[in-house]
Amino acid sequence: MVQSEPALSAPSEATILETRDLRARYGEIEAVRGVDLTVPRGAIVALLGANGSGKTSTLRAITGTIKTTGTVAFAGKTLHHRCPEDAAQLGIAHVPEGRGTLSSLTVWENLMLGAYIERSGARVRQRCERVAAYFPWISDRKHQPAGTLSGGEQQMLAIARALMLEPQLLLLDEPSLGLGPKIVHDIFALLRTINERDGISILVAEQNATVALAVAHHAYVLETGRVAVSGLSADLVQNDQVRRSYLGY
Amino acid sequence: MAAANAGQLSRVGVAIAVIAILPWVVPSFAVFDLIYVGAYAIAILGLIVLTGMNGQISLGHGAFMALGGYVVAVGVHAAGWPYWVGVPVAAAACGALGIFIGLIALRLAGVYLALATFSLAVATPSFLKHFKSVTGGFGGLSLDSVTTPAGIPLDAQHWLYYVTWASAGVAFLVTALLVRGRFGRALRALRDDPIAAISFGVNPYFYKTLAFAWSAALAGVAGAFFAITTAYVSPDTFTFALSITLLIGAVLGGIMSFWGALVGALVIEFLPLVAQQVNAGAPSVVYGVTLILVMLFVPDGIVGGVMRSIRRLSHRPPQPAFEPSVQPAAPVAADQPSRE
Repeated sequence: MVQSEPALSAPSEATILETRDLRARYGEIEAVRGVDLTVPRGAIVALLGANGSGKTSTLRAITGTIKTTGTVAFAGKTLHHRCPEDAAQLGIAHVPEGRGTLSSLTVWENLMLGAYIERSGARVRQRCERVAAYFPWISDRKHQPAGTLSGGEQQMLAIARALMLEPQLLLLDEPSLGLGPKIVHDIFALLRTINERDGISILVAEQNATVALAVAHHAYVLETGRVAVSGLSADLVQNDQVRRSYLGY
Repeated sequence: MAAANAGQLSRVGVAIAVIAILPWVVPSFAVFDLIYVGAYAIAILGLIVLTGMNGQISLGHGAFMALGGYVVAVGVHAAGWPYWVGVPVAAAACGALGIFIGLIALRLAGVYLALATFSLAVATPSFLKHFKSVTGGFGGLSLDSVTTPAGIPLDAQHWLYYVTWASAGVAFLVTALLVRGRFGRALRALRDDPIAAISFGVNPYFYKTLAFAWSAALAGVAGAFFAITTAYVSPDTFTFALSITLLIGAVLGGIMSFWGALVGALVIEFLPLVAQQVNAGAPSVVYGVTLILVMLFVPDGIVGGVMRSIRRLSHRPPQPAFEPSVQPAAPVAADQPSRE
């Protein structure tokens, strides 16, 4: 077992996100049962676990998309009444499960909506140009309905759209869902680039532990709504339990 | 983009020209029908904003038309307003009711919302019959016919035609300005994926309620012109069938495009007449079969079908398949399970 928790009582400047006893339920079913996790500023943290282990619900609880209890501190400030609009205002971008493609809107409109809270149209267009530089194909196809993109392109678009917020923290929900290995590789490489170049902290929920652990600095493994194992990715990769259960070798 | 806008503008210009000339080239009884088409177009435009753009289904827009019609009728009848005062008041009253219904609609989605709004449409005639002292009960309220203001060389029918269609023009223009850009994107984002939209900071309560209010106000304007044109309102003018007819018009015309409102209005006004001529014995069968055929062959409505044909005729090639690529080149291999 890897018990070496990452330093939880780090000063707030060094911690972008911290949850304490985070809980969320859907009616009778408690999906998140007291999750404590910390995302150091500038880090990539992976949230691993099988289907139904509570990864999606944990991300939604952080932004307040679902009803939750427990505390969430962002950049040292406790968020009391969490709601998604406030999360966006604070600089938390959430790429939801299944990419959240606005399929009948054009690629460009999808991008512009990512910066919805920015009222200046000129600044939004400026950001569009900058974000599109990461994804040259976007400019060529900006007038196409986003629903006609391939799954991999839609995931790229979802990430591009999240970058439009110029976030401090990027939450991603299962970016590998339904995609081929090549695209998954590209997406995680892109996440690392974004993290290194723009200094954006990333919390990524992912079933594909191999890929996620290769990129993440820290990782948490969820089981039935609780943190089962956590630690540095390099240590988790060596951990027999994690290897057997999630890496399959 | 600029070219597309120019194309759109020229289509609007052609539409305005056709609408302006039409009453002089059709038989005079048809001018009357065309006034109703104008009113229907305004109401269907409301459904296109609400259902097409925002994804909220209303089977109750006949009720908003009823309120609009009765506001004008009662105002003119009891309070002696001029007609032109009645129309904006009807819009405001329906907008207010729309906010109220829109707040309820926030808690309902899809088929539940359809049924809730449908109950509004079903209840409206009984409601109107019940408050006899204001509404005139079964008998309804009669109004004086509209007369052309002095100095305008038009007969009353042509005058009303131009007033109705000018109002429709204003309704289309204001709606177009409202839904372009940020506001329209937020409406459509809430329809396509509410969770994603909310995560960008789009406030769903504000937009959905506003969409409902605007849509209801447009239906109110349509109801007002209904009352003015008929010079009479009664509970039977605004049965629940009217609500369904409006939605049929929106879907047949094309619920994703403003043009769908014009086409849909023409269809719901003239299809029953055509059906009657095709088979006087069973016009509703002809009507129903037409509906099914349109749904089957042009599920995105007549406007959607025509647009696709135009695109096909102009030989625009389909978008090529495209490999996504990440730039700048990925710096580190990400999926090497090589740390054993």
